[in-house]
Amino acid sequence: MAESDNIVVETAEKIFADLADPQTINNDRKDSWQAPLWQALSEAGLPLSWVPDDLGGSGASLADGFALLNAAGRFAVAVPLAETMLAGWLLAQAKITSPEGEMTVLPASPKDRITLDADGAVSGRARGVPFAKAAKHFAVLAHGKDGVSIALVDAANARIETGLNVGYDHSDTVTLDKVQPVTIKPAKGFDQTNLMLMGGVARSLQIAGALESMLDISVRYSNERVAFEKKISKFQAVQHNLARLAGESAAALAAATSAADAIANAKAFDDEVYLEAASAKIRCAEAAEKGGAIAHQVHGAIGFTMEHILHRYSLRALAWRDDFGSESHWAVELGKLVANRGADELWPLVASR
Amino acid sequence: MTAALRFDPIRLPEKCEQLRKEVRAFLAEEIAAGTFDPHKPNREDADAPEFSRRVGAKGWLGMTWPKKYGGQERSFLERYVVTEEMRVANAPTRRFFVADRQSGPVLLKYAPEHIKMDILPRICRGEICFAIGMSEPNSGSDLFAAKTRATKTDGGYLINGTKIWTSSAHIADYMIAIFRTSPPTKENRRHGLTQFLVKMKQPGIKVNPIGQITGQYEFNEVVFTDFFVPDDHVLGEVDGAWKQATSELAYERSGPERFLETYYVLTELVRAVGPNPDTRSAEGIGRLVAQLHTMRRMSVSVAGMLQAGKEPVVEASIVKDIGTVWEQQLPHRVRDLAAFVEETATNRETLERQLDFAIKTAPKLTIQGGTTEVLRGIIARGLGLR
Ligand SMILES: Cc1cc2nc3c(=O)[nH]c(=O)nc-3n(C[C@H](O)[C@H](O)[C@H](O)COP(=O)(O)OP(=O)(O)OC[C@H]3O[C@@H](n4cnc5c(N)ncnc54)[C@H](O)[C@@H]3O)c2cc1C
Repeated sequence: MAESDNIVVETAEKIFADLADPQTINNDRKDSWQAPLWQALSEAGLPLSWVPDDLGGSGASLADGFALLNAAGRFAVAVPLAETMLAGWLLAQAKITSPEGEMTVLPASPKDRITLDADGAVSGRARGVPFAKAAKHFAVLAHGKDGVSIALVDAANARIETGLNVGYDHSDTVTLDKVQPVTIKPAKGFDQTNLMLMGGVARSLQIAGALESMLDISVRYSNERVAFEKKISKFQAVQHNLARLAGESAAALAAATSAADAIANAKAFDDEVYLEAASAKIRCAEAAEKGGAIAHQVHGAIGFTMEHILHRYSLRALAWRDDFGSESHWAVELGKLVANRGADELWPLVASR
Repeated sequence: MTAALRFDPIRLPEKCEQLRKEVRAFLAEEIAAGTFDPHKPNREDADAPEFSRRVGAKGWLGMTWPKKYGGQERSFLERYVVTEEMRVANAPTRRFFVADRQSGPVLLKYAPEHIKMDILPRICRGEICFAIGMSEPNSGSDLFAAKTRATKTDGGYLINGTKIWTSSAHIADYMIAIFRTSPPTKENRRHGLTQFLVKMKQPGIKVNPIGQITGQYEFNEVVFTDFFVPDDHVLGEVDGAWKQATSELAYERSGPERFLETYYVLTELVRAVGPNPDTRSAEGIGRLVAQLHTMRRMSVSVAGMLQAGKEPVVEASIVKDIGTVWEQQLPHRVRDLAAFVEETATNRETLERQLDFAIKTAPKLTIQGGTTEVLRGIIARGLGLR
């Protein structure tokens, strides 16, 4: 997953640099930057990257889409790009054409369940749904008596209680009460865990991207700030903190890109992909906690202010931990999987990749 | 440009998987034959000369080296697989490991041809053991404080001084050591050290064992008194060893041995909790496995960089830093989780014995091969802070 020999990523980075520069966004409290950014991303076909041409998308590879999400994380963009990509991908699993405009997926938590009634209506509650308030459509995974179906639902038919996550982004509760979908199709062989793993890897790439930026701005700041007549980067304690931040950032990026690569090349969501995807979410979440704390430490009080951009990365990275299963959730599930396979199968699992 | 380091998701090629099967089958045979017990990390049979020869006969030593020196011209990724399988099985690798990982590559780069032709094939056959003579009583992290002198004499050098913490010196046939050939200069503190090949078991060397808190003897004090080293045993540039010593480090610091030294307690914990763990145990195991998996992916990635001919010094330092901190904490985390294991777990005794040893092992892990603080200094330099 190279960063600059990838046309999708190059296009995205250019758009982000022009229209989503963190400092500009930070100074604009009215969110008036969002519309032009979304328009540019849409014109470039990026929100529907993972949707094949014949279903209304731009048909980028899974790998390119993952690299795009990593770039989005580096800019900590707060538009429903990842969510629309995931929604388009989910709809494509059932060969449903993606509509235009913002989308999100539900459920966004492994614990929530949407059910499909006999008459084709969907019901249920999904908590912590990112950008539900901004979405025009939802891609919904629903459980019926014959298995799993995937539905395209008009957001106007849902009840939405708005909420904010720790990064000040919309994380809403969506209730579907016997809602007739725009389209619904069975999705044989697909299950909710696959969706959670896919969403978890998307978030892992975003967290890793945010950590890359936190490392960059922290290194830069430490080379500017002078205390006790020295640049603070010359204090060994500060150097060691930054070295640890570099380690956390590298670990997050390695785990996330490895999981993305595993999914992009896998034939199925088997145990090996599960190991990769669950590990990425767990490790990236841990890195968000440790790395974010160091970045703030290096920045001193200035990083704690609303005026400074550090919180755009640190708080979003922390917030992203909660979507599509927290690290606690995945750790329990991965631990159960490992225990279930038995002690002597642990190393073969780890060494399988 | 971004300061972040990328670890590309290298996958082990198919032939590595075939090799892995061969190594596992070989180790299973050795275990069945009683060569070693994989559940007993604190055994006294860590030095196993016959086992070393059998590993050599398999072609698993010096795997990446040219065939004319006894090597196999295989990839770093293949070597990686052999290393991790040996480590996970707790195989007795002491006799050959340092030579295979480190000393051989140094000789390949810096030794005269006749020495390469003499020594490298013997390493590949698993016949000889190497030690690394860098640390001295007042020179560990600060390598350039080394004082042990090499004084020019007819046809060679006379060595006087003491090396310390020298792993395996008591069984080693050779040591690759750095000695002071000139004083440091004002402009360059690093000037004046030279790397030598030292033949052990000669007059003028005394090896004194030093006990470790695990109860084992693994490292030593090595005292040189007018010990003669011939001219053709100088490795590389006289007074210029510092450049050579640093390029060794990527080999020493990024391998699977840098996060698997206490791994056995994790397997044993999984065995003890059984197939249906409670939430707390499951969560604890899940996190440890996620961390392990991530480090391993990074370590495989560094092996890929070495294969591509790069010198990933900073990346290797990150893997060693994260890896040794992890393997140091691992026995303590396993102990936390084991507190909730049923009293009736059939492997409870094994687990407790292993924990006892791993907890005693842990303190050294962030010291050997370069301390955590030193590694973080290297990473900081890579970030442009120094
Ligand atoms: C099991 C084991 C096997 C070993 N095997 C070998 C071997 O085979 N050959 C060999 O040559 N050596 C070997 N060593 C030695 C090892 O490389 C040294 O112990 C290590 O380099 C640290 O040196 P020291 O022990 O002198 O500690 P010191 O260098 O005195 O360090 C003490 C503390 O001070 C810190 N410190 C020192 N300098 C700095 C600095 N500039 N900035 C911040 N902190 C600093 C260190 O990080 C450490 O925490 C082995 C060590 C162990 C534990």
